[in-house]
Amino acid sequence: MLTIKNLQAKIDDKQILNGINLNVKPGEVHAIMGPNGSGKSTLASVLAGREEYEVLAGEVDYLGKDLLAMAPEERAREGVFLAFQYPVEIPGVSTINFMKTAVNQIRQHRGQQPLDAVSFLQVMKEKMKLVEIDQSLLNRALNEGFSGGEKKRNEIFQMAMLEPKLAILDETDSGLDIDALRIVSNGVNKLRSKNNAVIVVTHYQRLLNYIVPDYVHVLYKGKIVKSGGKELALELEAKGYDWIKDEVSVA
Amino acid sequence: MSKDNQVLEELTSREYEHGWTTNIETESAPKGLNEDIIRFISSKKNEPEWLLEWRLKAYRHWTKMKEPKWPNVTYPPINYQDVIYYSAPKQKVTPKNLEDVDPELIKTFEKLGISLTEQKRLTGVAVDAVIDSVSVATTFKEKLGELGIIFCSFGEAVQKHPELIKKYMGSVVPITDNYFAALNSAVFTDGSFCYIPKGVRCPMELSTYFRINAANTGQFERTLIVADEGSYVSYLEGCTAPMRDENQLHAAVVEIYAMKDAQVKYSTVQNWYPGDKEGKGGIYNFVTKRGLCAGDGSKISWTQVETGSAITWKYPSCILKGDNSVGEFYSVAVTNNMQQADTGTKMIHIGKNTKSRIVSKGISAGKSQNSYRGQVHIMKRAENARNFSQCDSLLMGDKCGAHTFPYIDVENSSARIEHEATTSKIGEDQIFYCLQRGIDEESAVALIVNGYAKEVLNQLPMEFAVEAQKLLALTLEGSVG
Repeated sequence: MLTIKNLQAKIDDKQILNGINLNVKPGEVHAIMGPNGSGKSTLASVLAGREEYEVLAGEVDYLGKDLLAMAPEERAREGVFLAFQYPVEIPGVSTINFMKTAVNQIRQHRGQQPLDAVSFLQVMKEKMKLVEIDQSLLNRALNEGFSGGEKKRNEIFQMAMLEPKLAILDETDSGLDIDALRIVSNGVNKLRSKNNAVIVVTHYQRLLNYIVPDYVHVLYKGKIVKSGGKELALELEAKGYDWIKDEVSVA
Repeated sequence: MSKDNQVLEELTSREYEHGWTTNIETESAPKGLNEDIIRFISSKKNEPEWLLEWRLKAYRHWTKMKEPKWPNVTYPPINYQDVIYYSAPKQKVTPKNLEDVDPELIKTFEKLGISLTEQKRLTGVAVDAVIDSVSVATTFKEKLGELGIIFCSFGEAVQKHPELIKKYMGSVVPITDNYFAALNSAVFTDGSFCYIPKGVRCPMELSTYFRINAANTGQFERTLIVADEGSYVSYLEGCTAPMRDENQLHAAVVEIYAMKDAQVKYSTVQNWYPGDKEGKGGIYNFVTKRGLCAGDGSKISWTQVETGSAITWKYPSCILKGDNSVGEFYSVAVTNNMQQADTGTKMIHIGKNTKSRIVSKGISAGKSQNSYRGQVHIMKRAENARNFSQCDSLLMGDKCGAHTFPYIDVENSSARIEHEATTSKIGEDQIFYCLQRGIDEESAVALIVNGYAKEVLNQLPMEFAVEAQKLLALTLEGSVG
């Protein structure tokens, strides 16, 4: 589904990604872990098409297409979803209105008729149940005055609405208490299927107790320096990142 | 060129939608302004002697006045002798009903989405259509007449209801009020008049649609709304003009007179031609709008969506004379490219327990300059007066300007005044968030701007709110990048 080869990228004059290689198949969950500043969020941003980052080398194949050549909105319409680490506030625009606009633009892209108000509401009600979110939150201006947990839950709700093929969760666990973490993870797990894939970007292992990954990759200085199964995350939790750093510098 | 820049290029080169002209024969006065021209206009309109005197008095006063220099706008000096002050579509007979109106004129308004054929219109709106200097048609007159409501062109009102015109014209905006109001009083050619009798709630929206068509012509219309005790009316004004290289002058006067417990809601969607991207051409929109809450418990509410004009100079105001009267001002002013706007309101509290509310949302893009200018004046005997003002500015890009000039004068210590102001920018982050959800950049800007202006747009009558939303998006297309 997603094949990343030798991806290098910079922001301003600083190179952050130094040759990433990654292969994600449908149905898989990949966790990207690593210390602060290792390039985790940069990878997520580059995949979503953020303009501030400049790709220096490498290629990304997504479902047989050149992902890097696609505009951000095209990537989204083709099923790439990014759950933001810091969801943005848009005053005066309700989540419902925002999602209606998004869903209908994506439908238009697929050559489908826009959803009428009744069908949209029906779909929305279903997804609300799935991620345990209250309608009063969705009537409010997008992310404005939301608590950290509400923002993240709202991201997962949007993910449910848009049914992405490839979901990238950027530090979705940051700022969550244990209850919110459970609700958000449950939502993600319910959305997992053999047809879609999830990339979980996280600093801590804690989230991976809830969203169990098939593969764990450790990112350090813009490169994947170690890959393994879910037990790698536990090892990192127990030993910290220093031993990886040592291993890399020895090599 | 990046893809975004291409999109930007495409969008900013998109042209003003209403920039076409209609080929109709017109009858015009010669260029220039003097007492003979005023006599010409007055005789064309078959006016009584007192009105001619009123015009001449205004003209003589105007010649002694100076054009105001305090607004935060710049433009080359206007040559008032180079303007045509009267231009009317030539019609063989005076139309008594719609069948007599030149089909070309009906087509003109149909092209603008304004159907003058009553059965085709939304049943909730009656229209007075004004082209250049004269009113061409007023719809639903009979139906409104059954309720005692008078809704007609200003010229017709002078003939049929001279006592009302004599009593109320100039009672809110005197001829000496300001330079452009004096000019208008001297040369006004038509406009709308509306009277709502005691206790009547007007069952439909009343609306005036102004269209400038002829070249080199100024438009000087007057609107007078008189709401008798306990009555209610909602009034809407719209306007467009062809694209022309020269600047055209529009100096209108709107007066609202509200008696005891009367309520008047006045909404404007202003879309005069703004000039091209380099600032060539466009309308100079110098307008005086004022409402007098004369009676106790009366209420006047202004809502404006300002997207057009090269220069806007406009302060819809309320004089809160009656005790417990209420004044409101809701405004969205958008400027793009080289447009300049200096707009706001005045709330003059005279009566006891008077309340006013100001919500102003400025949006500047391109190289435009957008100023809010507002005055809240609490007079000595205005016990327990209240005012709340909210002035927000939204900037798009880094070449535009937003300015706020709030003036507050308080002469009574029981007054309570709140003023809030914010300035923000449409963030790259907000745009990217939308893009990432599959929403294209154009729709993203529209979504964000409409969210920002929501509190004001919510004040508009339903069908016009939709039109205003589209207009906002259209005005700002391509301004992010």
